[in-house]
Amino acid sequence: MIDNSKKIRHLYSRAGFGLRFEDLRMAEHSTVKQAVEQLFKSSEEIKPLDIIAGNIDYKTFLSKGNDMTKKMFFQEQRQQEKGLNVYWVKQMSDTNAQLREKMTLFWHNHFACRTQNAWYAQQLNNIHRTNAIGNFKTMLLEVAKAPAMLQFLNNQQNQKNHPNENFARELMELFTIGRGNYTEQEVKESARAFTGWGFNQQGMFVTRPNLHDTGQKTFLGQTGNFGGEEIIDMLLAKKETAKFISTKLYKYLVNETPDPAHVNAMADVLYNSKYDITPLLKFVFTSDWFYDLKNTGNMIKAPVEFIVSMNRQFYVQYQNPDIMMQFERTLGQVLFYPPNVAGWPGGKNWIDSSSLMYRIKIPSTVLNGGVIDFTGKADPEDEAFITNTLKSKQAVATQVQTQPDWDKFLGEIPAHTSKTTIAQVILSPALNSSVMDVVNRSTDIKTMVIELVSTPEYQLS
Amino acid sequence: MIRRDFLKNSALASGAFLIPSFLKPFEAMANSELTGYKNLVIIQLSGGNDGLNTIIPYGNDIYYQKRATIAIKQPEIIKLNDMQGLNPNLSALKEIYDQGWMGVINSVGYPNPDRSHFRSMDIWQTGSDANQFLTTGWIGRYLDSNCTVNKDPYTAIEVDDTLSLAMKGTKMKGIAVQNPGKLYQSTREPFFKELVHEHDNANLNEDNLGYLYKTMIETYSSANYIQQTSKTYNTTAVYPNTPFAGQLKSVAKFINSGLKTRVYYVSLSGFDTHTTQQNQQGRQLKIYGDAVAAFVKDLKQANKLDDTLVMTFSEFGRRVEQNASNGTDHGTANNVMLFGGKLKKSGIYNNAPNLSTLDNGDLKYEIDFRDVYATLLDKWLNVNNSLVLNKNFAGLDFV
Repeated sequence: MIDNSKKIRHLYSRAGFGLRFEDLRMAEHSTVKQAVEQLFKSSEEIKPLDIIAGNIDYKTFLSKGNDMTKKMFFQEQRQQEKGLNVYWVKQMSDTNAQLREKMTLFWHNHFACRTQNAWYAQQLNNIHRTNAIGNFKTMLLEVAKAPAMLQFLNNQQNQKNHPNENFARELMELFTIGRGNYTEQEVKESARAFTGWGFNQQGMFVTRPNLHDTGQKTFLGQTGNFGGEEIIDMLLAKKETAKFISTKLYKYLVNETPDPAHVNAMADVLYNSKYDITPLLKFVFTSDWFYDLKNTGNMIKAPVEFIVSMNRQFYVQYQNPDIMMQFERTLGQVLFYPPNVAGWPGGKNWIDSSSLMYRIKIPSTVLNGGVIDFTGKADPEDEAFITNTLKSKQAVATQVQTQPDWDKFLGEIPAHTSKTTIAQVILSPALNSSVMDVVNRSTDIKTMVIELVSTPEYQLS
Repeated sequence: MIRRDFLKNSALASGAFLIPSFLKPFEAMANSELTGYKNLVIIQLSGGNDGLNTIIPYGNDIYYQKRATIAIKQPEIIKLNDMQGLNPNLSALKEIYDQGWMGVINSVGYPNPDRSHFRSMDIWQTGSDANQFLTTGWIGRYLDSNCTVNKDPYTAIEVDDTLSLAMKGTKMKGIAVQNPGKLYQSTREPFFKELVHEHDNANLNEDNLGYLYKTMIETYSSANYIQQTSKTYNTTAVYPNTPFAGQLKSVAKFINSGLKTRVYYVSLSGFDTHTTQQNQQGRQLKIYGDAVAAFVKDLKQANKLDDTLVMTFSEFGRRVEQNASNGTDHGTANNVMLFGGKLKKSGIYNNAPNLSTLDNGDLKYEIDFRDVYATLLDKWLNVNNSLVLNKNFAGLDFV
């Protein structure tokens, strides 16, 4: 694989959900800069999630309902949650706007939020998508006014005589300037500025002036009758916020260990563009350091990235999409269900004995009825195992009901592509001797590919 | 030497071959070291178990005033002292209690309680303050603090398909084992075996790839160890026919076979009883009580009860006053139940919950749950609790 192709491979695995052979055919004759532009161009389209048709106001529903209707309501609610989850995974798996979806996933984690109301969840997710590569300030304001967030961080209960500090605290700790850059007093003062912000029964943002504290607040060295918007302005005026966001993005796109010089350069770009996200991303994707060896093939894919990258690469269709949610659950990342307001911790936290076993087993389950055809020399004791798994192959296939498009996958591979190059497209880390063993002994491409996606190396991007 | 012969000549049965020695310094431990090998079993009741209808403060009139339709009637209650008694569905535990193998700690909680299931469970599993977000669990940090000795994932086993946050540390994590035979089988997939055996030692660096390989090798060897060790023990004790009892039966099998595991983790859900609570909670309590009683007796006959301590918790208790649907809503402090042959103070540990001085309709906690953890860490698992809980807790006196 030539150097330029390797760079484009890396770009696609970080800015998107991995490179397909069809992408490589298009991109291999472009420069990195052209490939970056192409990714942004494909992501111009904004396709909001629209599977949840409307808001079920459960309070009025429950107050009227008897136990039976309550039960039906909760069933419907669960059905909606599942529907929304699977719909988003499908969108990530099928879209051309993969940079936008990848960044939506980033903001989904940055503004981690849980709500049982699927309409609100969808609305918040669409805020993240619409602004994913737009302006951070616009997004933050919309997030702060979204019913899902108002409810989750209790701003609905934040009123002048009983301030609730939850939103104000997380706004600073997790969404903007980060710990160490504000005082407890500033949490209290800013909470007062957000008093009255809430939503009505129709799920619309309202300011509720009678609940708003109009007194003087002292915040980050300034005193005045501040409202929520002004608090957000003051937070964004602090360079620390640009740095906080840049650090988090660096850990998402580049390396789990931030390089201070690179992060500072990113913060400058973000701050100078008044929090426009596109210039920042272009700066990262066109920087030489982004393609340094130490920044490639070293990040553990989040479960959703793992599932989506496989779906995309092999054009997998699910007859029973619920299976995807089962994968999310066993691998430890159920969309719309972050563990807490700090989001999923990521990195090595994704991996334990059982989740790794599932990760190694899932690709063959999706692609080949649960069988990793073994091309090595089998031990006598392996023979019985192989016979048994072959017998169970049909049963597994019936259970997961997936349809990879092998013809398409194999058809997109340019003629005369070496097995080594194929392995380099499938796996992010440099090919080591154990991977080369798999490559060298394989006799057909499909078997080799299934073995490659069943390795620890495939867990990395 | 061709590979097949090489495999035969190496210690294939132990599954430990080709694993660099720095990963497995204490692979074998003599059997004599196993006597007095203390283990902790944690049982999580998910959904927020109503502690007031579990260990019932029947001697307090307020209980009957606040729970007109869901209070358990006096004659049905299995009295433990003149204030508190067991829910009748826990009748199997009476015998255990009378033997001095059961303890109850009332009013356990934490400051500024959170009434959301997932957040409060997070707090209990990580051992954090209410306003603190930790990414590691308290058992995981126990493993970290002691990782030169407890370096294998099987030091902490969760009988489940997936691993709870409680079991994840920074350096070390426990292992989820629902069925040791199945786990063993799946690690013996020929391709997987090949990966374990033929990997490049250079893959075992401190980076993420090294971590993945290390985890895979440890899983491979732990699966083997758990399967080979536990299958030597044949369970004769009779357990109820419920999945939860099956899980405790697995734990007993692990303990009785001499597995070198310090912590076991098991969960039972179905306690979020907002409506028609009595039947629903009663059913779950019966599953719980019958299984725990069978488990304790099984350990007793195998002479392992003295080495075992069981702790049961739930993410929160429920409000003192019932709601309009014959159920209860999310509350705060709750009781913690303990079982073991070596309880220093068995029976009811402290005062029954105070039902007259409430915090906005909820019980006030009297014992921080981390004082319970600290006791287990200091006195049972022999590690200084401040290493795990990030500050020092005084602890209690039940062991």
